[in-house]
Amino acid sequence: MAAFLLRRLGLMVLTLFILSLIVFFAGQILPGDPGRATLGQFAAPSAVQALDHQLGVDRPLLTRYLSWIGGVLHGNFGTSYAYRSAVEPFVRAALINSIKLALLAFVIVVPLGIIGGVIAALYEGRGVDRVISVTGLSLASLPEYVTGIVVIVVFGVTLKWLPVTASAGQGAGVLSQFRHLILPAIPLVLILFGYISRMARAGTIEALSSDYTRTAVLKGLPETTVIRRHVLRNSLLPTITVIATQTGYLIGGLVVVETLFNYQGLGNLIYKAAVAKDFAMLEAGVLIIGVVYVLATLAADLLLIALNPRLRIGGSE
Amino acid sequence: MSDIGGPSVSPSSDPLGALGTQTVAIAVEAPTQRVAPTAWRLLLRRPTFLVGAAILLFWVVCAVFGYKFAPYNPLAQQLLAGNQAPSGAHWFGTDQLGRDMLSRVIVGARTILIITPLATILGTVLGTALGLAMGYLGGWFDTVASRIVEAILALPFVIIAFLFAVAVGASVPTITIIIGLVFTPLIARTVRAAVLAERHLDYVPAARLLGERPARVMFGEILPNVMPAILVEFTVRLAYAVFAVATLSFLGFGVQPPTPDWGADIAANYTELLAGYWWQVLFPALAIASLVTAITLITDSVEQVLAS
Repeated sequence: MAAFLLRRLGLMVLTLFILSLIVFFAGQILPGDPGRATLGQFAAPSAVQALDHQLGVDRPLLTRYLSWIGGVLHGNFGTSYAYRSAVEPFVRAALINSIKLALLAFVIVVPLGIIGGVIAALYEGRGVDRVISVTGLSLASLPEYVTGIVVIVVFGVTLKWLPVTASAGQGAGVLSQFRHLILPAIPLVLILFGYISRMARAGTIEALSSDYTRTAVLKGLPETTVIRRHVLRNSLLPTITVIATQTGYLIGGLVVVETLFNYQGLGNLIYKAAVAKDFAMLEAGVLIIGVVYVLATLAADLLLIALNPRLRIGGSE
Repeated sequence: MSDIGGPSVSPSSDPLGALGTQTVAIAVEAPTQRVAPTAWRLLLRRPTFLVGAAILLFWVVCAVFGYKFAPYNPLAQQLLAGNQAPSGAHWFGTDQLGRDMLSRVIVGARTILIITPLATILGTVLGTALGLAMGYLGGWFDTVASRIVEAILALPFVIIAFLFAVAVGASVPTITIIIGLVFTPLIARTVRAAVLAERHLDYVPAARLLGERPARVMFGEILPNVMPAILVEFTVRLAYAVFAVATLSFLGFGVQPPTPDWGADIAANYTELLAGYWWQVLFPALAIASLVTAITLITDSVEQVLAS
């Protein structure tokens, strides 16, 4: 058990290290000179050179990587070329905004997805199942802005039920913030519904055909008890993994949703930083996403181990 | 750690291995040859497949012949007829430059239907080659490649794709290559898992004993047997490719204006949504939705047929 956890943590650190390399060098291959980008195309070459030197971008790649990663490990993500100030406050504010939106989406979608998947499994192969499965699959591959536009047109413009901008403005109360986040959360919910219900369906079908379910049915337990006590508990295990891996995906979806609803979250921050070639901001944002994803999968693994005693003994894979 | 493999053959190998190969090979190949025509017949009998194929065919016709039968020139501006609501003259209304939205939606099918299949094929070919090599060769190659694949998969693929798009610039060829490359690790992971399941079946060590080279074992022996998994993966990725192309063009990394393109048209007009010009974005959005649904219906049918 301890050996398994150690190995798991070791692999996680290795993955994060490779990720940091990819993020850093991907940021460096973006063409364009940060000094030139900041000062504009009419600035004198000497001024551009001076700024590049001040920002440290004229040093060799490896030196820059080491100083960057050293700073990151101390919580210092460097200086934004575009804002000429520390990256960290921007990233922190954006991360908090994104977490609010993502959390709302998760709170809505997890119960919905599980219920949908379980119902589909109980009616496997019949009309209800086909409708839930095909709808879920289609929704999962619709770009967020397509569903986003449909909900804006229906609920924001036609019915005027909900505000169509995501941020409630400075000093808005919790309830107002919540109301503003409902429309942006819907596209994320629709995408995730497909994945979660699909996994819950597969898990439930497997549990339904197992020996212990047959035993429970044969010993005369009522159907609802069998489903609640024997089927559901086992079917939800694989669903947890999917929910965790979708966290990373969710943040990708945030790029589009936050752009569409003009919300100052992490996705919007990365998008703007990439367009502005603001390397430090971009690298910090992308690295944070990777860290969130890796941590989410770790949390899912630990949760699985806690819920499934068999995994505690066996260990790996 | 359990994947230390390589071409060494365990000493307990059956001395009749060569004989075994032939029977196994026959047993494995014979059904695959007979499956193909029945699979087609089963597919054509499924209503979901037929509906999906009909919608897809409609958009393919639009992509190929759209310029011929679109009611207006999709690029022709009529500044005095801008922002008109849907009417008899303009079924889908006009955009702010007075261009006919119906014509733009019809012709807009072209770029997405060019990029999507090419990118998916590229990703599938590269991903299959990488996945076969990882699963079959194993050892340090697999360990290193798996770590890199996992690190890449920790990032949402939309973000990787637009980072590349910012770096190399957006055009039809670059977007195709970028999406193909982004798909490669995803597909490699699936193929690797399928290869690991096949690798210990008798026919693989048997082929090795016959002296076949690793490349021949991978592509000649294992590949045909993991083909169904690759086919399902391909159709699933096709829907994702539509998603990716549409998302990138919405973010401004796709076809550049004034060329008609669903995602780009939505990006150009969505800020006017509050002014009430809903037709400028709703119809391109529905076009994307119908294409995605069509591919999903086809994917679902293929999966059902292959599973049965």
